[in-house]
Amino acid sequence: MGALHRIDPAPAAATILQRPSALDPSAGDPVVQVRGITKRYGGSVEALKDIDLDIPRGKLTTLLGPSGCGKTTLLKIIAGLLEPSSGEVRVNGREVTGPGPERAFVFQDFALMPWATVLRNAAFGLELRGVPRREREDIGRHYIREVGLAGFEERYPHELSGGMRQRVGLARALAVKAEVLLLDEPFSAVDEQTRRKFQEDLLRLVAQEKKTFLFVTHSIEEAVYLSDGIVMLSRRPGRINRIIEPAIDRSGSPDEIRRDKHYLDTVEEIWHGLRDYVD
Amino acid sequence: MKTTMDGVAAMPGPRHGAGGTLLRAAAAMGGGMLLWRLASIALFCGLWEVAGRVPISPAFPSFSATAIAFRDMMADGSLPAAFAVTLQPLVLGVVISAVLGVSAGVLMGLRRGVEWVAAPVFIVFQAAPMAALIPLVTFVYGIGLTAKVLAVCMLALPVIALNGYKAVRNVNPSLLAMARSFMASPWQRVVKIIIPDASPVIFAGLRLGVSAGFIGVILAELLITPTGIGDLITYHRSIANYAEMYASIASIILFSALTLAVLQRIETVFFRPEKQGA
Repeated sequence: MGALHRIDPAPAAATILQRPSALDPSAGDPVVQVRGITKRYGGSVEALKDIDLDIPRGKLTTLLGPSGCGKTTLLKIIAGLLEPSSGEVRVNGREVTGPGPERAFVFQDFALMPWATVLRNAAFGLELRGVPRREREDIGRHYIREVGLAGFEERYPHELSGGMRQRVGLARALAVKAEVLLLDEPFSAVDEQTRRKFQEDLLRLVAQEKKTFLFVTHSIEEAVYLSDGIVMLSRRPGRINRIIEPAIDRSGSPDEIRRDKHYLDTVEEIWHGLRDYVD
Repeated sequence: MKTTMDGVAAMPGPRHGAGGTLLRAAAAMGGGMLLWRLASIALFCGLWEVAGRVPISPAFPSFSATAIAFRDMMADGSLPAAFAVTLQPLVLGVVISAVLGVSAGVLMGLRRGVEWVAAPVFIVFQAAPMAALIPLVTFVYGIGLTAKVLAVCMLALPVIALNGYKAVRNVNPSLLAMARSFMASPWQRVVKIIIPDASPVIFAGLRLGVSAGFIGVILAELLITPTGIGDLITYHRSIANYAEMYASIASIILFSALTLAVLQRIETVFFRPEKQGA
């Protein structure tokens, strides 16, 4: 129930479920539990303050907030790439002390090795784990196909567009078969058309892979379009402002969804919420 | 490090590869690039010929005279023999500098402690005018091979080590975070991320180091005892055989340039395959 600590009771629009996790059967089994996370830089600047959060299993949850709200910091703490100043993160009940095999990270700047082919990059997580070459290349090829890059296995990153590079980053994270995928603004360095196509592909992958996705973005539309749950963070020190479950009907075509009243209302709702504390 | 050894000691293998890639590159660009390069060399030789025939100075032979002297010196075996002598301290010194320099540089980049101890030494050595120190070397190590190897190392080592150090320090932090998040061991981090990412700058250092090594060996042969190419240059100057003197100088320049080209090829083939054909 930690997920519901900071829900703002004010806007009771029909589109926003106030206590969504209570309705969710998997709520009793959050895959990531964040407890009392505070992060201070240089002893004085507080990036995050007292974050309590449960990330439900098998869903796509978004951390949404203005730049400088510490959302990437929180994601990196969950990934084990940063140490919190206080508090703890548990994944599957085990305390996080560093990166682990059950989590995989997708980097904002792709973090691909320029000297390695798409295939080697995609299979790099497995290479580090000592998986034999044949096996890891088979898995790599599979996920390269899954992210829509079949035929580019032997290319180098500099021959690909930004969107394609990020697909390699996604394939690399999928290939290690982690339960939790942590995506740090994966589309921020990608142009708008590519971004939309990528979002649609990501939704398909979420449905297909049955993994937990935790996604950082500053785009409200993106958050509403993709997420099962949106965690809104306020600006410095980052705190959880409220949690929204958009519950968008995703059975229609992407264009239908983007014109859907429910979708548009939710975007509007979040925008109003954000404006309240931006001003 | 080992590749450098091959590159300097065993020219034919890599050169073959270099030729193949050059052909491919030329084919990709419709031969235009190769044509321009050849034209540039032809223009240079033409200007040299004109300058030699004017003549600018009686001590400045024309290109054709130098080329004939080169052919004669190859035929009578004096040039190959000189190269065989010069190459000993050169290859030894360059290999020692490459192995020690790259290791020291990488270690300085990885460990603060090593940086504190070693970096100032290399920085001072790089700043020092080495030609002035070479007589000191002869006091300690005499006039033999050791002294000449040391002269090569003194010139080549600092630049190789300092480049390696800077390269490792400037490794892309995002790649390091990536390696960490996929749980690379410290060893994997060094071998699979740091060395490949640093290799362009490490190799830039190696190229500078090798060319400094050529300076070192010629300085040693001119200042310590006249042997090899240094001896040929000194001897032909003393008897006013200027064409032969220039042929010796040109041959060592050519050899140095070829060595550097081979080194570049080794880098792209073994460390940065993505740069092939680019």
